[in-house]
Amino acid sequence: MTANLRLGYFLPVVIVLALAVIFWSYLGEIRDGKSIQDLPSALIDKPAPTFKLPGIVPNDKGFDSASLKGKVSLVNVWASWCLPCRIEHPRIMQLAREGVPIYGINYKDKVEAAKGFLSELGNPYKAIGADRTGKVAIDWGVYGYPETFVVDTKGHIRYRHVGPIMADDLANKIRPLIKALSK
Amino acid sequence: MRNGFFSIAILAAFMATFSARTVEPSEVLKDPILEQRARALSQNLRCLVCQNQSIDDSNADLARDLRVVVRERLTAGDTDDQIIDFVVARYGEFVLLKPPVNARTMLLWGGPALVLLFGALGLVLWFRRRTTTSTEGLSAEEEKRLAALVDDTAVKGESD
Repeated sequence: MTANLRLGYFLPVVIVLALAVIFWSYLGEIRDGKSIQDLPSALIDKPAPTFKLPGIVPNDKGFDSASLKGKVSLVNVWASWCLPCRIEHPRIMQLAREGVPIYGINYKDKVEAAKGFLSELGNPYKAIGADRTGKVAIDWGVYGYPETFVVDTKGHIRYRHVGPIMADDLANKIRPLIKALSK
Repeated sequence: MRNGFFSIAILAAFMATFSARTVEPSEVLKDPILEQRARALSQNLRCLVCQNQSIDDSNADLARDLRVVVRERLTAGDTDDQIIDFVVARYGEFVLLKPPVNARTMLLWGGPALVLLFGALGLVLWFRRRTTTSTEGLSAEEEKRLAALVDDTAVKGESD
């Protein structure tokens, strides 16, 4: 009887504590500065989608999935109308100066506007594909702009960053990952 | 009462037109059966920009593109499952507004039943304990005390 009574008193406390632990662990992601709206990519550790995109200007060589093999590279989805793309651009330029091959997917942009963006802020891209319909972006599972993918030497997607790359993203996630994958 | 019913009916009518308006006329397929399947599929696909709306409800750019992709694949002859797989492969299971039943979602789907089971169990235990205590009756000593108390109040009652 007394044993039962004790269990009855402590059970709610145990349940509440267990829930607190569960909720706290979920909140951990927010405490780490991650937005709950940032979704994990469904393509992590999977091969990058197969595609072939023309360049911004018809005579440009464009960008296709075959170029992604051999070296650890970055694929950056951007548009001239996307303000956060402007914000992250200096970091993309910085990575390009460090020798990281960066490929651009120019999302639903106008030729003149895209060219203007690059001549104003600099062109860090090894090659750019113009995705006028947004179909290739859907193949990459893109839902916000900018988005940046780290692709390993085998052409597999290893990391996806949603939103502008800031200095701490560069220092804490992207640079260490590129370094680890390049070994 | 009648007024209340009318306002609800009017509100429902408005809401029906609003949700129907998101799918633009240019997107609608000629085949009404395919279009119906497209609507049903899009109602279960989450718009990842707004996250709490389906792509059928949302007028976000990406939602529109996905609606078009769903319709293109339907016209190409894909089954409903193939289309769902196509979208899940790109955006993950999070795009499904109704999560699938599998090992990872067991707690999600089974949770309510589990809580109900525990609640019922608790209720049964509680009732059983109550009935056992009430049928135990009074011990001889308690009977004596009760009698004394009743006598006491009886005497007091007379004096009042």
